[in-house]
Amino acid sequence: MKKYILDLSVKAVERLSDKHVLLRLTDEKPLPEMLPGQFVEVRVDGSSSTFLRRPISINFVDREANELWLMVAMVGEGTRKLGELKPGDTLNCVLPLGNGFTLPCDGIAGHKVLLVGGGVGVAPLLYLGEELQKQGCEVTFLLGGRSAKDLLELDLFNKYGRVCVTTEDGTMGEKGFVTNHSVLSESFDKIYTCGPTPMMKAVARYASEKAIDCEASLENMMACGLGACLCCVEKTTEGNLCVCKDGPVFNIKRLLWQN
Amino acid sequence: MAKLNVNIGALSLKNPVMTASGTFGYGVEFEDFIDLSGLGGIIVKGTTLKPREGNDYPRMAETASGMLNCVGLQNKGVDYFCEHIYPQIKDIDTNMIVNVSGSSPEDYAECAARIDALDKIPAIELNISCPNVKDGGMAFGVTCAGASSVVKAVRQAYHKTLIVKLSPNVTDIAEIARAVEAEGADSVSLINTLMGMAIDVEKRKKVLSIGTGGLSGPCVKPVALRMVYQVAKAVKIPVVGLGGISSAKDALEFLMAGATAIEIGTANFLDPAVTIKVRDGINEWLDAHGCQDIHEIIGCL
Repeated sequence: MKKYILDLSVKAVERLSDKHVLLRLTDEKPLPEMLPGQFVEVRVDGSSSTFLRRPISINFVDREANELWLMVAMVGEGTRKLGELKPGDTLNCVLPLGNGFTLPCDGIAGHKVLLVGGGVGVAPLLYLGEELQKQGCEVTFLLGGRSAKDLLELDLFNKYGRVCVTTEDGTMGEKGFVTNHSVLSESFDKIYTCGPTPMMKAVARYASEKAIDCEASLENMMACGLGACLCCVEKTTEGNLCVCKDGPVFNIKRLLWQN
Repeated sequence: MAKLNVNIGALSLKNPVMTASGTFGYGVEFEDFIDLSGLGGIIVKGTTLKPREGNDYPRMAETASGMLNCVGLQNKGVDYFCEHIYPQIKDIDTNMIVNVSGSSPEDYAECAARIDALDKIPAIELNISCPNVKDGGMAFGVTCAGASSVVKAVRQAYHKTLIVKLSPNVTDIAEIARAVEAEGADSVSLINTLMGMAIDVEKRKKVLSIGTGGLSGPCVKPVALRMVYQVAKAVKIPVVGLGGISSAKDALEFLMAGATAIEIGTANFLDPAVTIKVRDGINEWLDAHGCQDIHEIIGCL
């Protein structure tokens, strides 16, 4: 898929929580093709301590409005700077990068899919959920956070499937981690997960035990985002692979997580 | 439009802008962003005789105006390069140069000999300056005797243009440059990365998996420029300058300091189209200053 360097314009900035913003970006021309699970490398201007671009996963692509949505967790100076963007500002983006999630083939309407996300890792699951629903899958989202305020875009997730929630403090949904949720007693044909590594490893263990095909989206520290610098590698059955170019989505069978 | 072509030994470059090894993959990673044939040369990822997995993750730490890396020469080895990668890159219309590394003079020489047999690879860049591998790499590049031993072995096995990439982690880089010139190097390129370190204060741990890494980016540019100036005065062979070049102005500084060509490295991560912008910027500067030929400014200090 062809990659572009684009100066996108910021159409809206929505505060999702004390630590998260949603950037809604647009362009005069139609945005390029982008798949669920792919990401964008954004340049952070005006932060002296931020040297490299920041990889941000694609939260949603609204074709009608010609909008690309990026959910940003403000964890450091660079991402805080992104949170200060205002409508009308421009954001230099390299996109789309990496490989997206594998979507089930046509002709399997009713396929039961489980999308498990934690923290800002829920971001790519919205776009993925929309696409899966469009393909006729029965979509269940299982979203986890520390507290009710950490659960983001729930109203949007509700449009594309059933939403199950866990919080560690019990302020919303079932108390505990996503891997403790009662929905896991149901059967699923495929699992997709994105979030903190310990959570994804627990989900991968569950999937392996139940022999369910499972894909995880990783977020190792990156420099180039293009497979050129080999900084973001993950150990796999095929040796060290770049999360940016060979991933960020990997089938868990390729990862050495059981060790 | 000024004349931009330069020569490095028998190698002719349509312009002085090349890419630094390890920052540009095999070139094809960037073909969506730029016309690769617009570059003077592409120096591809470091290649060794045997495959190398490289160091463990984490391999990168961001710093003020730069970054540290300890990738550790991950590559699939020279046989894989010749069989699988070379066919994909051999028809790119620029000088495709392979960066060669090893852990003994014999390793280097054998790897170089394999690449000598590839028609469309007109030059190699010998990496005696990688700070991220225990065996070999920079160990050879920090003494005159070590550097000489590798260049001597490779010179016997390799018959095309031989560029030797020097380490800045030495007391006197000009002395090393003279040593490799004496062994028949056609050119020297400098600088490789400066050895550095980063610590995560919350975890009270080293950030990089092997503790140290090579520093690159705009923060190293003044050091690199000084070294290029010193080496250009010390040797008769052409010098290729690199270290933090991110703009045409940066490149012009290196050319004026005595570099015949330049390499762009870390800046490719920030702007994947930076190389062509630097080339165009050099051309515009020459035109604006009434220069007919880039040689009017090379080493003009």
